[in-house]
Amino acid sequence: METAKLDPAASPGAPPPAAESAAGRRRSTRPFPVQRVVPFGYLSPTLILIFVLMIIPIAMVVSYSFKDNVIVEQNPVFAGLANYTTVLTDPNFLAALKNTFIFITLSTAAHLGLGLAFATMLNSPLLGGVTKAIFRIVYILPWLFTVAVIAVIWRLMLDPSGVVNYILTTIGVLRAEVSWLSDPNMALWALTFINIWAGFPFFMISILAGLQGISPVLYEAASVDGATAFRQFRNVTLPQLKPVLLSMAVLDLIWTSQQFALIWMTTGGGPLNVTEMLSTYTYKQAFSSYEFATASAAAVIVLLLTMILAVFYVRLQKER
Amino acid sequence: MLTRQRRRLYAKIAVLAGLCVGAAFAGLPVVWMLSTSFKTNGEVFQVPPRLITDNFSFDAYAKILGDAAQLRFFINSYIVALSVTVLTLFVAILAAYGFSRYNFPMKRSINAVIVTVQAVPPITLVIPYFGLVVGLGLYNTYPGLILTHMVFTLPYAIIMMTAYFNTLPRELDESVKVDGASSWTALWRILVPISVPGLVAVGVYTFMISWNEYLFALTLTRTDDMRTVPIGIQLLMGQHSYEWNQMMAMSILGSIPVLLLFLLFQRRFIGGLTSGAVKA
Repeated sequence: METAKLDPAASPGAPPPAAESAAGRRRSTRPFPVQRVVPFGYLSPTLILIFVLMIIPIAMVVSYSFKDNVIVEQNPVFAGLANYTTVLTDPNFLAALKNTFIFITLSTAAHLGLGLAFATMLNSPLLGGVTKAIFRIVYILPWLFTVAVIAVIWRLMLDPSGVVNYILTTIGVLRAEVSWLSDPNMALWALTFINIWAGFPFFMISILAGLQGISPVLYEAASVDGATAFRQFRNVTLPQLKPVLLSMAVLDLIWTSQQFALIWMTTGGGPLNVTEMLSTYTYKQAFSSYEFATASAAAVIVLLLTMILAVFYVRLQKER
Repeated sequence: MLTRQRRRLYAKIAVLAGLCVGAAFAGLPVVWMLSTSFKTNGEVFQVPPRLITDNFSFDAYAKILGDAAQLRFFINSYIVALSVTVLTLFVAILAAYGFSRYNFPMKRSINAVIVTVQAVPPITLVIPYFGLVVGLGLYNTYPGLILTHMVFTLPYAIIMMTAYFNTLPRELDESVKVDGASSWTALWRILVPISVPGLVAVGVYTFMISWNEYLFALTLTRTDDMRTVPIGIQLLMGQHSYEWNQMMAMSILGSIPVLLLFLLFQRRFIGGLTSGAVKA
């Protein structure tokens, strides 16, 4: 609070008022340097925070990744690319890479599908406003709970003697109880399912906003031409939504790849590493094995992969 | 004509049925959490499962609320989330004013950096943050958490507030400046008061992000008296050998602030959220 308040008050707040009007009086004869400083005064707290919280840490993690024995030792030594070789040849890292890929592509695809389906139904002109409002609140529910709560809910539901197994065995889908989160054949799918549940509402809300932004004229024109509901969806709705859907999908790939808490609190990367992701792998290297140098190398790789997606996202935004 | 009405009716039933299936998918786990929080621990896995059991009680809530160690998690979460919200709004208002009302060199690049910051993975940051926070003596303190949470909240808040200020006509602040007031006065006397709807949306979202944050809270604090609610829920999982009813009660108590904020500001919030996410 102190530092944040001092800064802007000291630079833009106090001096500019007099200087600004002075510059105004002198008309534009001088290239008014004070005027130029004013916006930077307003931006200074942000710039300082970005420098301290983003630029310095990234420089630190990159430098850690080229050293040996960082953080735990006083005098780390330069290690070249050794940490990167260690990470990239670690079968656990490669497994984490593969699992992350499966996890994020399935989650994003399902988020898109469910979001689109629910948003289309919620936007249906056949239903009244109150009905829609009630359903909308129910659909948003999963998104309002913190990941810790979501993990606890699903550990209860998916417990071997839990309610999911009870229902599935009673209706005959399963013959025996399944340990969803501790069976190596099931854990990754169960985890992905939980993540799908937790994340679809955000998609749905955004798609709903997109749907409501489509001009009704387009639909009128289509129905005058005799287009069926399905053809209207394919030829009007989807093309109109395409920019939103693409941006949301890339955004979701980025977000899901950063998921840590859900994995950590449901499976912890186990059993037998089948749910190990890039985030849990990096975390374990750092805070379980205290191998901060290899962890940093993994963290830099994660950063680079994310940046590729981010560049893609920015491109999509610019095209619109 | 009749067939057309009938078709509409069928379509309506189909949509409603689809919505009900979806609502069950979205809502039943939440209902089950609520139901479990009112059971005794022995009834949690009883066969067949029942929504309301014979021993329906608020005991689990009483246990959590009567335990000073659990209450401490809530106090910590409120301190951290409220501080993050106030600081984020303050810094974001200043930055948004700069972006909205001035042209300056490198404006586009600075804006690009702020947008990109949102994509940087927390797991990449947590390692240097650990070194930094320990080095600055902020390990296991509130300021350590508050400062690091702002890396998530600030970019979004700046983007949203800039968009909000851009919708307000420049004549508003110019009119005050003509009377000799400074840009600082124009911002706080004119722009901020009429931006309350935008500030509320950004503030609610900021509070939610901070209240829910897990990774930094896990790594940058050590003692139980500094832990926040998400970590508290996790600790409850290990501590008592699965007191499911208490875990669910704690989860619900921990979700109430966010649920309330959401219900109160739903419309404003959804509007702001989607415009920010899709246009950011």
